[in-house]
Amino acid sequence: MPRAAIEAKGLVKWFGEGEARTTALKEVELEAYFGEMVYIVGPSGSGKTTLLSVLSGILKPNAGSVRVEDVDIWSLDADRLADFRLAKIGFVFQDFHLFPRLTTAENVAIPLILKKRNWNESIQEANGYLEIVGLKDRADIPPVKLSGGEQQRVAIARAMVSKPDILIMDEPTASLDGDTGNAILSFVRKNILNENRCIVVVTHDSRIYEFATRILQMVDGRLTPTTEKSAI
Amino acid sequence: MKGIGKLAYKLLVNDTAKFSALLLGIIFAVFLMMFVTSMFVGVLNHASATVNNVGSTLWVMDPAVQTVANTVGMPGYVLDAVRSMRGVKYAVPLYSGGGLAKLADGSYQSVSIIGLDDTSLLGRPNLVEGKIEDIYAENGFIAVRDAEFSKLENPHIGTEFELNDNRGVIVGIATVATSGLYGTPTLYTTYERAIQYLPNPRFTISYVLVEPKSPADIETIKQQVQTLGYLALTKEEFMQRTANFFVYKTGGGTNMLIMTLISFMVGLSISGQTFYTFILENLERFGALKAIGAKSRDLVGMILFQASFTALTGYGIGVGLSVLLIWLAKLRLPSYAAMLSFGNLAIGLLMVSIIAGISSYVGIRRVLRIDPFEIFRG
Repeated sequence: MPRAAIEAKGLVKWFGEGEARTTALKEVELEAYFGEMVYIVGPSGSGKTTLLSVLSGILKPNAGSVRVEDVDIWSLDADRLADFRLAKIGFVFQDFHLFPRLTTAENVAIPLILKKRNWNESIQEANGYLEIVGLKDRADIPPVKLSGGEQQRVAIARAMVSKPDILIMDEPTASLDGDTGNAILSFVRKNILNENRCIVVVTHDSRIYEFATRILQMVDGRLTPTTEKSAI
Repeated sequence: MKGIGKLAYKLLVNDTAKFSALLLGIIFAVFLMMFVTSMFVGVLNHASATVNNVGSTLWVMDPAVQTVANTVGMPGYVLDAVRSMRGVKYAVPLYSGGGLAKLADGSYQSVSIIGLDDTSLLGRPNLVEGKIEDIYAENGFIAVRDAEFSKLENPHIGTEFELNDNRGVIVGIATVATSGLYGTPTLYTTYERAIQYLPNPRFTISYVLVEPKSPADIETIKQQVQTLGYLALTKEEFMQRTANFFVYKTGGGTNMLIMTLISFMVGLSISGQTFYTFILENLERFGALKAIGAKSRDLVGMILFQASFTALTGYGIGVGLSVLLIWLAKLRLPSYAAMLSFGNLAIGLLMVSIIAGISSYVGIRRVLRIDPFEIFRG
């Protein structure tokens, strides 16, 4: 029996009030397990990003609950939730959101610095993760001098440096060409995914579906039951 | 905060263009504020030069006196009355006035004349050439070597001049703590010679200098002098009265206040706007930090650190530049009336802190309002 990393029940999220109200999530149920790389796919405006934000403790749902490793994250206060995200969840943003004025190593070290770790130790540890993603020789240059694929790998190193159990990737290939996107996801599947980690990827790039262990389809705020990759 | 502080520091200083603009705004504001206030303090200090140089504990004067330079003569009985008051150790007259000296080349030069009590010479300056007792010699005057000394054609012992058709001879060269405000050279002589050489009104005592038996007697003496219809002030009170005249009755204080406010507004507009732009440019990244797990207080701490660091660095450079410029100006113009005091520095620091506070407040409001969900939504 696989161990559940994320359990979401009855998630409802709407925006606006009255006639302007739009419901983005409609009674969404989801379970994601350690050792799997779950893709949430669907057309634009279907609620994928909203779901990802609710699952990762960034956007509070109007109804329902999210348990991450048996912790009801939406029962935590703001500070404890921030600590929880810092400790348990790694984020890879669509636009990377790297700091152009910091070196690559300093960018990767940010989660450790936010954990109040010593600066030099954090940089040293960040260098280790840059080596894992194959960018050790780029540690001292700013990320703006890197290619899109390299920046994505820096973002992955930053997400992984605090050793999170859950990795959230939002449209990881949106800014990359096909080959680079494939290389990145292949790298993640081979080197980042393991039996103690769950990776949730939101994408509508069908070229990378082959790396998913499971694909869920989101349509109009509802998550369809587990879908075979070939059926998508 | 150490690591986060370093992160904030690097984000700030690595953005060279923004950091330079921020510093420039603060430096410019501090420089202007320091300069305006130091000039004003310098003027006030020079305006009280005689009080400072003579250095008596208590000064008795006509209540109409506003500054040390604008004397109102007192009749001789005031000196006698003060001498007989309880708590007075001794009291001597002082003459303070001005005249027109005819120099050896035939030119005329305005001079300030200080007439010291003939018996005690209380308030005498420090002589660097000559002997103080030579002031009793026939026509003896002591010239003060200050910024205005050259206007007497750099006199030496034995240099002669005319004062109101009376012959004067320089018998000593002295230095004083503070040179005067009005750009005239100063000559010391005895009280009797001063009133003999210079045309005078009916009453000739400018001030009565009083030494109390003990500091506790000062208040008693002041009350007795008041009963007599005159005013007794300590050295500090007299300097403050002179300063108050320039601050409140000449428009100088208002001008200084306006200039300081303009400097403040310039600094605030340059630094505030640049800092706000800096925050706006990094807003998404602050949002990303929030999403990753930064708490609001971490982000507030980062912004406060950045604002404080910029403000203090700009303040230090601004003060340094002011000091440098005043020093350079004094090399060229020794009488240049600018002086940095702890008050100036405190005003500058307060203004810079307000600039940093307002700039960071605006930035903090924006950063606290960012919803990390917007980062996901792009």
